Amino acid sequence: MEKDVKKQQEYKDIAQKYEPKPTLIKNIIWAFVVGGLICDIGQFFLNLFVSRGMSLEQASTPVAIIMVFLGSFLTGIGIYDDIGRFAGAGSVVPITGFANSIVAPAMEFKREGFVFGVASRMFNIAGPVIVYGVGTSIIVGLVYYFLK
Amino acid sequence: MAQKKMGSQTVKFVNPPSIISSGTIVGPKEGQGPLKDYFDMILTDDTYGEKSWEKAECKMFQDSVNLALKKASLNINNIDYLIGGDLLNQIITSSFAARQFNVATFGLYGACSTMAEGLSIGSMVIDGGFADYVIVTTSSHFSTAERQYRFPLEQGVQRPFTAQWTVTGSGSSLLSSTGSGPYITHVTTGKVVDLGMKDANNMGAAMAPAAADTIITHFNDTGFTINDYDLIITGDMARVGKSILMELLNKEGLNIEDKYKDCGIEIYDESQDVHSGGSGAGCSAVVLNGWLLSQIKNGTYNRVLFIATGALLSPTSTQQGESIPGIAHAVTISRYT
Repeated sequence: MEKDVKKQQEYKDIAQKYEPKPTLIKNIIWAFVVGGLICDIGQFFLNLFVSRGMSLEQASTPVAIIMVFLGSFLTGIGIYDDIGRFAGAGSVVPITGFANSIVAPAMEFKREGFVFGVASRMFNIAGPVIVYGVGTSIIVGLVYYFLK
Repeated sequence: MAQKKMGSQTVKFVNPPSIISSGTIVGPKEGQGPLKDYFDMILTDDTYGEKSWEKAECKMFQDSVNLALKKASLNINNIDYLIGGDLLNQIITSSFAARQFNVATFGLYGACSTMAEGLSIGSMVIDGGFADYVIVTTSSHFSTAERQYRFPLEQGVQRPFTAQWTVTGSGSSLLSSTGSGPYITHVTTGKVVDLGMKDANNMGAAMAPAAADTIITHFNDTGFTINDYDLIITGDMARVGKSILMELLNKEGLNIEDKYKDCGIEIYDESQDVHSGGSGAGCSAVVLNGWLLSQIKNGTYNRVLFIATGALLSPTSTQQGESIPGIAHAVTISRYT
């Protein structure tokens, strides 16, 4: 067993040598640019609604709706995955990425039916985000309540 | 007493089966690659006019069988056994394709090593005197494999550079007890080897130790040297796995660099954004049956060692943190007996 561990470690060292390094700087720049552009679009709509007389709080709801629509729409016509391929986190982190992560499996599993396909697979990727997002907010809420 | 066995894992055929014909069909991306002229059929649409990708893969499987039969002027009733395999759960492509054929069928799963596994078993069946005609077919489809093993297609994710691209394609070899070659003269059946690699996005690294093990065993069992071969070609080590494999073999004193190719690297051009290279049960099948056999027939290579490699993982094993076992089967394909 001990010999196995040693052998595995030796092999791991060899394998690692040939692993191409991720292009970190390029990825970061693209993520910043694309992520920034997505936020610009959101900001544009927010400013538009505020200038038409909505309060900041009122305006944030339609902005989220528009961004989710855009993310879903671009996923539906097959463009969002191309953006994601070079934007990486830049297109995953904003709310459009969340829309993408729900629409993509929903489209993919349509052939398995609307109940066990679309509906049950829809939250495959977004599900954990929701579970831990809600979970964390409960914990933070409790901490806030007791420390206040 | 096993009379045809050599060494620990190799079989030498007394009447080497002949690959009398082959059929290949590939998807649009493979049809733009450097080997495009060697495939029998190139799809313009990867759904192949079907309602699902699974159905499309099944149809590709059937068509590659039919193409091979047609070229040999045979029909399915002449075939003693169909040996098939693919990547989908419960190998549904092979079974669903075979239900149309009404022929005795063996279903195999060896992940991407299935083509070599099928050729090995098919050759044994023929040399054993149990059959005159055996057809060996494997397939894979980028979209069916991707949804089973990884992410939905439209998901905006970045693939790491070590990742491989599943080949959309199906290849068939028609083996016969009589014929004028190329012949299958030896097969070395691989062991399952696992050196603890866990990254499902780096299958080349998971499979390289198995490939090295089988290649070394093959040379030890047969007494062949590197000079006995004109080409050594692996199934889908891709760029990362290829480099690792060469280092592993160098350590054992075997330098194959000048004679070594990999189907996963040959099938795509570097500009096709496939990162490390191609993979899938269809990858080695279409490269072998499309390009390689024609090169053996025209004398470019007289004797080739074809080693298809498989990463024996499942989405469940990956999620449970298991390491990835690899396997590799070697088949000697020769222009002459």
